[in-house]
Amino acid sequence: MSLTTLVIQAMATLGGLGLVIGIMLIAASRLFKVETNPLVEEVVEILPGANCGACGYAGCADFAEKVVAEDAPLDGCPVGGFETTKEIGVIIGQEVSESEKEYPYVRCGGGIRCVDRFDYVGIEDCTAVIMLSDGEKGCNYGCMGRGTCVRACPFGAIFIDENRLPSVNKNLCTSCGLCLAACPNDILMFAKDSEQVHVQCNSHDKGKIVKAVCEVGCIGCKICEKNCPEDAIKVTNFLAEVDQDKCTACGICVEKCPQKCIEMR
Amino acid sequence: MAADVSLLQIFMDGVFIKNFLIIQFLGLCSFVGVTKDTKSAAGMSGAVIFVMTLAATVSFLIYNFVLVPLKLEFLDLISFIVVIAALVQLVEFVVRKNVPSLYRSLGIFLPLITTNCAVLGVVLLNVLNEYSFIQSVVFGVSAGIGYALVMLMMSGIRERTTLVNVPSSMRGLPHAFLIATMLSMAFVNYFGVIAL
Repeated sequence: MSLTTLVIQAMATLGGLGLVIGIMLIAASRLFKVETNPLVEEVVEILPGANCGACGYAGCADFAEKVVAEDAPLDGCPVGGFETTKEIGVIIGQEVSESEKEYPYVRCGGGIRCVDRFDYVGIEDCTAVIMLSDGEKGCNYGCMGRGTCVRACPFGAIFIDENRLPSVNKNLCTSCGLCLAACPNDILMFAKDSEQVHVQCNSHDKGKIVKAVCEVGCIGCKICEKNCPEDAIKVTNFLAEVDQDKCTACGICVEKCPQKCIEMR
Repeated sequence: MAADVSLLQIFMDGVFIKNFLIIQFLGLCSFVGVTKDTKSAAGMSGAVIFVMTLAATVSFLIYNFVLVPLKLEFLDLISFIVVIAALVQLVEFVVRKNVPSLYRSLGIFLPLITTNCAVLGVVLLNVLNEYSFIQSVVFGVSAGIGYALVMLMMSGIRERTTLVNVPSSMRGLPHAFLIATMLSMAFVNYFGVIAL
């Protein structure tokens, strides 16, 4: 076999192979064509693209698909906030009204004012700390300040402040809620800026136990409950809770609290 | 020469003795790239098992019924690349149409496999060892299983080490390479243990 025939044969074989495969692929792409709604692409464009999953769907693309199919609420994306909701409304052709943004609120005022039972040396992570005999803190409900929420935040909006408590930078926070899910003690909760009065404690322990370990823990004394003119604060299971719908932010409970654990923002 | 090799020997070869990732060092891109969490490692592994088996099957047919009769065996490398790429594309079409949930979880990994040299490695080794059809398919499956095994081990270890305090200069990729070294050394022991 001469070189030329060999080259021609090789080219013909590969070319033929390519041609056959190409035709097969074209046929397959026709046969298995998936219809996609062009609106989905548009919605994906305006979403933040963080793929954080705060909407409850598997990433931004999935959420867009669900919104267009009207399976998900228009304001389902907490990261994009009202701006995104409005733009989605424009694309889909629906009017939307504004709702107020929520930020994580730290329900613990302990930090350095809460006693340590022992010196913890080990993996710097709240989940790891809690595995070691319920953590170093005297209080089983409080913040351990090891920054699990900080590492959970994809936007760098949480940091541990000088009191060894998490602090939220509202300019960076997108209300995605990943920190709430990450906290092993469930200390963080969502709160609107208009909700001014908050109980800065998460402890359901009895007053005596709380008093022994923490300077600022709620002891369940019910002074706030008795003094509230609006009946907006209730002590259940040794912990005061504010009913934000009734609260008028008069500040009486904040003043009367013997432990100074009710905070007015 | 390969006709007398038992299927069990070939299977053990694929999974342990000639493990593609940490004995032959093929397909290392996905080995360090996709092992940050177990979920995506499992997705990638599933896709690789699937594609390796298919590639071993189809390329055997192409080699023995197209290239050998035409005496164009030297074209094996380039024609296998074409075949694998087309195959992956085809699989992607079918999966997207029929199993959208699987498509979404494999989504990014399927196109990645097109250029994964482990898949090409299986196919070329089949030719090199002159395996029969059944032997080729078994080698393809076992290579995929070996790949999945190591991917899951690696991702499990890496997931756990995210909690560990590693010196900053060693964090991330260097640390992953050290883990890979130790895994590889462990697998070298199989050379002596499994004598079939």
